[in-house]
Amino acid sequence: MIKELQTVFAGFGGQGILFAGKVMAYAGMMEGRELSWLPSYGPEMRGGTANCSVCLSEKAIGSPLIVHPDALVVMNRPSLEKFEDSVVPGGVIIVDSTMVDAPVTRKDVEVYSIPASELADKKGLSGLANMILLGALYHVRQFCTKEHLEEGLKKCIPARKAHLAEGNRTALQLGYSLV
Amino acid sequence: MEKILMKGNEALGEAAIRAGCRHFFGYPITPQTELAAYMSKMMPKVGGTYLQAESEIAAVNMVLGAAAAGVRAMTSSSSPGVSLKGEGISYMAGSDLPALIINVQRGGPGLGGIQPSQADYWQATRGGGHGDYHILVLAPSTVQEMVDLVSLAFHLAETYRMPAMLLADGMLGQMMEPVSFDETDKYPPLQKPWAASGHGGKRPHNVINSLYLTPQTLENLVVERYKRYEIAKEKEQRAECFETSDAELVLVAYGASARVARSAVMQARQEGLKVGLVRPITLWPFPEKALKDTLSTAKGYLAVEMSMGQMIDDVKLAIECQRPVELCSRTGGMIPTPDEVLAKIHAMMGGKA
Repeated sequence: MIKELQTVFAGFGGQGILFAGKVMAYAGMMEGRELSWLPSYGPEMRGGTANCSVCLSEKAIGSPLIVHPDALVVMNRPSLEKFEDSVVPGGVIIVDSTMVDAPVTRKDVEVYSIPASELADKKGLSGLANMILLGALYHVRQFCTKEHLEEGLKKCIPARKAHLAEGNRTALQLGYSLV
Repeated sequence: MEKILMKGNEALGEAAIRAGCRHFFGYPITPQTELAAYMSKMMPKVGGTYLQAESEIAAVNMVLGAAAAGVRAMTSSSSPGVSLKGEGISYMAGSDLPALIINVQRGGPGLGGIQPSQADYWQATRGGGHGDYHILVLAPSTVQEMVDLVSLAFHLAETYRMPAMLLADGMLGQMMEPVSFDETDKYPPLQKPWAASGHGGKRPHNVINSLYLTPQTLENLVVERYKRYEIAKEKEQRAECFETSDAELVLVAYGASARVARSAVMQARQEGLKVGLVRPITLWPFPEKALKDTLSTAKGYLAVEMSMGQMIDDVKLAIECQRPVELCSRTGGMIPTPDEVLAKIHAMMGGKA
């Protein structure tokens, strides 16, 4: 299992970027890790790009702002352009290829292109591409147990939105099998 | 106690409620708005008062009024809003009132920007308003510490009858980390025999005032207040020392930039460099003793700040300029990276070990 992982999630506001990061953060907490979750904030969130940094570690987290992520999950082209070069060599980039019409040019990282938004629509999971991508990331970088990840997801869904839990879990599980 | 994930801003609100604060007077401003929003949601549930004032100036004066009545009262804002509160803070200091002011700093001057900054250090540690006075200033660097310092801030404010400020920044306000809350309040409110809370015909009435037209009276009061400040300076300095016991280069950083500095120190230690970090937790009183203690091994100091260099003045004063003190900083909402700090460490220590 991976104990140290710095992940950047990036995309448009409204795609569930911050939520995907929050699920990862909660899962890390279930696992007993030190962690931080840092969102971008301000005008960029309204229709522009949104991103968040999630640090998981066994040690206290220093700077929560990730400069060189081990993993990058991108859901739009501006985010790929902004963050592609920052990923550490040997890191992983997971791309929603429905939303990003440009190839990843880096050759020294693992790249997984998944048409997550299209798949979500087809499977009746519209708006849950974020969870599909998180599931895919989990499959290639196991940062906690599967139980803790799904427990983390539960923690992120407030009681008044309990009806959304099942779809989120289905999308997450769909992601496990895509890479 | 179970841990939960909370944003810094929300954790501040919850901590204040748990510390017995039932009077919050606010006004929205990024990046502290979630704190006011949290209070608006939670205060009615605990029988407290959330009041969105018509301006920051109104809010701080409502805090003055509530504090005068002896309750735990607070307000919060971000840099431009805190400037507006300066008048009320000075009046509270001049009236010997305890209260909590939270500044979730953003870039300045003027309206500046909305990204994290530490450029209000001078404003906070030198009082922020007019007149001879200080306020207590606490600087958390994690969300858990934001929680822990809220009740301490109320306690110290009441102990010394001074306003206390919690100086955070946009990064700490916006980020989430696991936090837990104590079951019992470590510092329950102190008795306030001075409060203007109704004498019921049983004692002379109390007057809360900051106007003294006789110079000698005013001088006496200010001098008395400064005696209290001396006690606070003696008893309340707080700092965390990380890897300082043999440090030849001592970094000094608080709040968010202390986290960056800590990352750089760990990296430098892996390279075999004798580098440590003093992290002030109280900015006023500044932890002079902790810094002086490092003089036995330190050959130089490096202040890491998100400003053009403000705390660095206090570092020089604390060590009485006995060693060179340099600065590694970004400002305007930019956050220094551990790599930038490490490069400065290398430059100061003459390359890698």
